[in-house]
Amino acid sequence: MSKMKGVAITGMGIISSIGNSVEENYISLIENKIGISRITNISTIHADVIKVGEIKKTNEELVSELNLTEDNNFSRTAMIGTLAAKQAVENAGITSINEFRTGLISATSVGGMDMTEKHYYDYFKHTELVKYIACHDGGDVAEKIAEELGLKGMVTTISTACSSAANSIMLGARLIKTGKLDRVIVGGADGLAKFTINGFKTLMILSDDFNKPFDNERKGLNLGEAAAYLVLESDEIVAKQNKKVLARVSGYGNANDAFHQTASSENGDGAYLAMKKAFEVSGLKPSQIDYINVHGTATPNNDLSEGRALLRIYQDEKVPDFSSTKPFTGHTLAAAAAIEAVYSVLSIQNNVVYPNLNFENPMEEFDLQPQTAAKNKNIEHVLSNSFGFGGNCSTLIFSKS
Amino acid sequence: MKKTYINGVGCISTQKTFDTVFLEEAIPHTDETVLTVISPVYKDYISPAASRRMAKGVKNGIVASALALKDANVENIDAIITGTGLGCIEDSEKFLKNILDNNEEFLTPTSFIQSTHNTVGAQIALTLQCKGYNFTYVNGVVSFESALLDAKMQIEEDEANSILVGGIDETGDYTISLFKLAGRVKDESNLTSNILNSKTSGAIYGEGASFFVLENEKKESTYAEILDVAIINTLDPNEVETEIVAFLKANNLQISNIDALILGFNGNVDSDIYYKDIAKNAFAATPQLYYKHLSGEYDTASAFALWMASKVIKTQEIPEIIKANSVEKPVYNTILLYNQLNGKNHSFTLISK
Repeated sequence: MSKMKGVAITGMGIISSIGNSVEENYISLIENKIGISRITNISTIHADVIKVGEIKKTNEELVSELNLTEDNNFSRTAMIGTLAAKQAVENAGITSINEFRTGLISATSVGGMDMTEKHYYDYFKHTELVKYIACHDGGDVAEKIAEELGLKGMVTTISTACSSAANSIMLGARLIKTGKLDRVIVGGADGLAKFTINGFKTLMILSDDFNKPFDNERKGLNLGEAAAYLVLESDEIVAKQNKKVLARVSGYGNANDAFHQTASSENGDGAYLAMKKAFEVSGLKPSQIDYINVHGTATPNNDLSEGRALLRIYQDEKVPDFSSTKPFTGHTLAAAAAIEAVYSVLSIQNNVVYPNLNFENPMEEFDLQPQTAAKNKNIEHVLSNSFGFGGNCSTLIFSKS
Repeated sequence: MKKTYINGVGCISTQKTFDTVFLEEAIPHTDETVLTVISPVYKDYISPAASRRMAKGVKNGIVASALALKDANVENIDAIITGTGLGCIEDSEKFLKNILDNNEEFLTPTSFIQSTHNTVGAQIALTLQCKGYNFTYVNGVVSFESALLDAKMQIEEDEANSILVGGIDETGDYTISLFKLAGRVKDESNLTSNILNSKTSGAIYGEGASFFVLENEKKESTYAEILDVAIINTLDPNEVETEIVAFLKANNLQISNIDALILGFNGNVDSDIYYKDIAKNAFAATPQLYYKHLSGEYDTASAFALWMASKVIKTQEIPEIIKANSVEKPVYNTILLYNQLNGKNHSFTLISK
């Protein structure tokens, strides 16, 4: 594999429970403003038990913010996805979307499930709801975003559970690197759904409290919803347009744990292999990483597996400053790697390590302590991990331009 | 830049596409609107204990991938890349119904776990203990082509030597009933003996799993080389020809170099117009093939078409049942595939001997 300079990131957009823009998200991260609360937009019997990272906007508010017509059939996921993608395109200063060979690679785990579960048995009784049948499709979110952006070229969607958006960023970088496209909008979106809440509930990995990544007494994760997109551009068109490069995607790796459909192996084989590949692609040494944005879901299984994989990567060296930002946002599933990519770029731009909130006691299995308070230092390279069901493990490395 | 060869194929479909040569037992479906796969003997591939827990799509995916590996005489692969429109939709239906019917109580995780879109890719990885790259694409009718394009890039860039690529979809009863309600499935009263002459909207729906072993070396089992794959979200019917000409030109080819054109006609009069014009004009002198009267429409039906194209190049024969016109060529070396659904998610795949 060849060493790479990295693919330029020229724009970002995000909406999460800690903010409706890149700026708002950044302020929340450095001022310890968390987005974990009781759920209000979905009626569920678990409402008093679980805490979630919910975007406090109703669907009606999102419809009006996007100026959608009354006969629209946007799912919540498609709406937050469109908001974030529009921000990213604007941030990158793109005025003519099809001017260069431009693609959109999105990611989602449930797509329009929020509408499906709301109307499932009513479709036959209320014909005005039939329009929502089409939005169940996983590709619907990307197609809606493409339509809103007027993008006509390559559009596709990746769904590998909680690593999905890392993989869309990876594919986007590879499409640029191989010269197949000049510009790619990459990221992911997932709205909260009863389907997911109950799915994670049956797996018994939801915490009834604020999630505590890498803490010995961690009880599980808080689900969240979010969308984030980044604009990647080839060096050629960056130069042609004299564009500002925010940071670069310098490494990526995907591997499969091949251990269990929903659990990670004890020594984190998949995670270890994903990080190892990302280092190979970037040509960087593990010691060159200044900050690791860990997957850190706060489930007993993930943090143990990920921690062990980190120790295998770093062997006798010190593991760099690391933190999970999931205490702020919750676990936003297919969008997680996209919002954490935005946070990684912000870390590089502002030279800051975010705190791993709620941490109290180190895990008994190993000696690993996350960074617990915001810390300023020069940040050249950030490594971001994302792992999903089906043993899917992904690592991205972001570097200063 | 390394070349990409199709070195093994495996297909489970609504026709007998295993233990056969090439569609000699195929029958066009003219009296049903929803088709189900002809099941292989699962226990020859999966232990009955494991099989009981598996979704239909997972089982078909495991068998189709095993057939492809055997066909290519390959045991270990570097990556697994799948495409699926709706994933294991039967499990999604089951979990959702349990949530709604029991007011979020008394749920078990099995169907939730299976419902994740990447279950098939993950289960194959588990079965083969393949720790390599593992992606799943879910973008309607370009789900499979996304996987194919990704695999081709991996091989070109020397990131992998051998890759298992597949397209899998299964039907789910309730989802089909919703598709009928939305007009996507043909009404029983609108069935035609030949989808090419259909005057009505909607399509016949199906399901299936088609897998391919792609490698960077030509060998005895090689079917064809994958020259190029293109995905375009939006096209007007009058832009199709220009787009195809440009795609062929990028590969130093022109229309006259194409020995067969495989079109995704599905009997939906509203969107078959995308094929009709090029079939009648630009490609009038090219042998044309169709397949959805055999496979049914589903998001990864185009993987069935690639299986068919591979077989045509290898056997140098075109079964009568898939001929859409009467044009013949002395050899069938270069084949172009074009598919779309309702005017969205267009894909062009080019393969050659």
